[in-house]
Amino acid sequence: MSIERKEIEKLATLSRIAINEETISEVSQRLGSVLELVDQLQAANTDGVEAMSHPMQTSQRLREDEVTEINRREALQAIAPKTEDGLFLVPKVIE
Amino acid sequence: MSWDTVIGLEIHVQLATKTKIFSGASTAYGAEPNTQACAIDLAMPGTLPVLNKQAVNYAIMFGLAIDAEIGQVSAFERKNYFYPDLPKGYQTTQLEKPIVGRGNVEIQLADGSTKNVRIHHAHLEEDAGKSLHEGNFNSSFSGIDLNRAGTPLIEIVSEPDMSNAEEAIAFAKKIHSIVTSIGICDGEMSQGSMRFDVNVSVKPSGSEILGTRTETKNLNSFKFMEEAIKREVARQIDVIEDGGTIAQETRLYNGETKVARSMRSKEEANDYRYFPCPDLLPVIVSDEQVEELRRNLPELPDARQTRFVEQYGLSDYDAGILSSDAAMANYFEAVSRVCSNPKLAANWTMGELSARLNNEGLSTSNSPVSAEQLAGLIIRIADNSISGKMAKQVFEGIWAGDGSADEIIEARGLKQVSDSGALEQMVADVLAANQAMVDDYINTDESKRKKKLGGFMGKIMQASKGQANPQQVNQILAQKLNELL
Repeated sequence: MSIERKEIEKLATLSRIAINEETISEVSQRLGSVLELVDQLQAANTDGVEAMSHPMQTSQRLREDEVTEINRREALQAIAPKTEDGLFLVPKVIE
Repeated sequence: MSWDTVIGLEIHVQLATKTKIFSGASTAYGAEPNTQACAIDLAMPGTLPVLNKQAVNYAIMFGLAIDAEIGQVSAFERKNYFYPDLPKGYQTTQLEKPIVGRGNVEIQLADGSTKNVRIHHAHLEEDAGKSLHEGNFNSSFSGIDLNRAGTPLIEIVSEPDMSNAEEAIAFAKKIHSIVTSIGICDGEMSQGSMRFDVNVSVKPSGSEILGTRTETKNLNSFKFMEEAIKREVARQIDVIEDGGTIAQETRLYNGETKVARSMRSKEEANDYRYFPCPDLLPVIVSDEQVEELRRNLPELPDARQTRFVEQYGLSDYDAGILSSDAAMANYFEAVSRVCSNPKLAANWTMGELSARLNNEGLSTSNSPVSAEQLAGLIIRIADNSISGKMAKQVFEGIWAGDGSADEIIEARGLKQVSDSGALEQMVADVLAANQAMVDDYINTDESKRKKKLGGFMGKIMQASKGQANPQQVNQILAQKLNELL
């Protein structure tokens, strides 16, 4: 099973991943094989089985609403490509 | 041709928690950029979210306030899109199993009628950071402040039950009133604590088929919302009547220029590829937890309105205005408790105080005039120590920080003269000194005499340096002039 070229291009755009001409057919094949796996899963009879998003029968632990994080801006911005006046700078995004 | 308007709202409410929804970083407003953005908020590799219990409780409280079903099992999804103020590349939100299910909100309209607006659901999610496009940095860049990233929100989604701007505003205000009354949101619109997305469509009057809708996003004041709705309705009708069709699109309204425009189609091509968030397990809400929150749920605006009418003898209208704002309602009750005069307490809280706060852009909680100080002023109005006019001066004094009502009255010699002997003498003196006016009064046709009283009042108030009790002077004056006829 393979996926249409248009579909691959759309997914690449949505995922902000650059896929060049030469690899498109390979990516298409590989994604197709993932979909085949999904098809196999979908063939299983799930009548009366409630969908679950996690394999564990357990629930989310909750945190108390207390401040536990301190200001570590300097350390966190030390690894950013570009900062100024405490802001992270990114290529201009304006609508 | 006449048209029906159909409006639905999505309201983002920032929850008043101390920390983020998935991290222990502070949510306090106004901090230096990125000083409240921790490794989790920045989506550093290896970090995992841990859900804030208070955010869950606040969402449940909202559900209880609108009589909604509470999801015993709710789950989080990832909504994938790329924008620099969303470091993870997805927003953690709820889709399939929101924590708050269907509910109802009753709104009151100007003509006194009520209308029910159905709530489709409300879900928990995280806020994004802020992108700044102008600042002290190279103009080919945008600056990103992630302090707001991860602030807990509930998104309240209404059914398309509103049919004009008035109803939409009434609904938005009611939600504001509910969330501030139960204390889950500070309601500070100027700080973005509540933001509105408005879905609008029009259809031929009476038609069962809905028209194509547009969504105008991120309105942060009731005024902008009203303008945006009215303009969008007019635009859609224009387009259709000119033979065009409405495109389903997202629009942005600029409150400054009063212009709305379509967002680029590229931004429009959203395909969020939702899927269950593997980092977060289902949230289980127990019956005990819900019952405890229900027991402790603060008074709702509707209940407070009814109580104000019964307990304080206020009109339904006054009680409605006071109870719609939790801070104002508390202020009124504090004033009333001290001065034991609910009617005057209501008038001054809704009148002079509110007007002044609005002018200065202050909220009731930052009022320079405390409830005790206003009560002190009202006590002096009620016992006739000062006139209404003096009271305004005293109020200004308290506002300016000159002290209590009694201190200001004393310091400025504002005592009202209510001693009837002294007032009678004053009236007699003025009449004696203005014989011509008195003759004129006597010679005037009876039906027109009333108009002449103002001239005497002015002279008497002037003679008393504004300190005579005007009601008493009025009485004495009328009586004395009558005797002369």
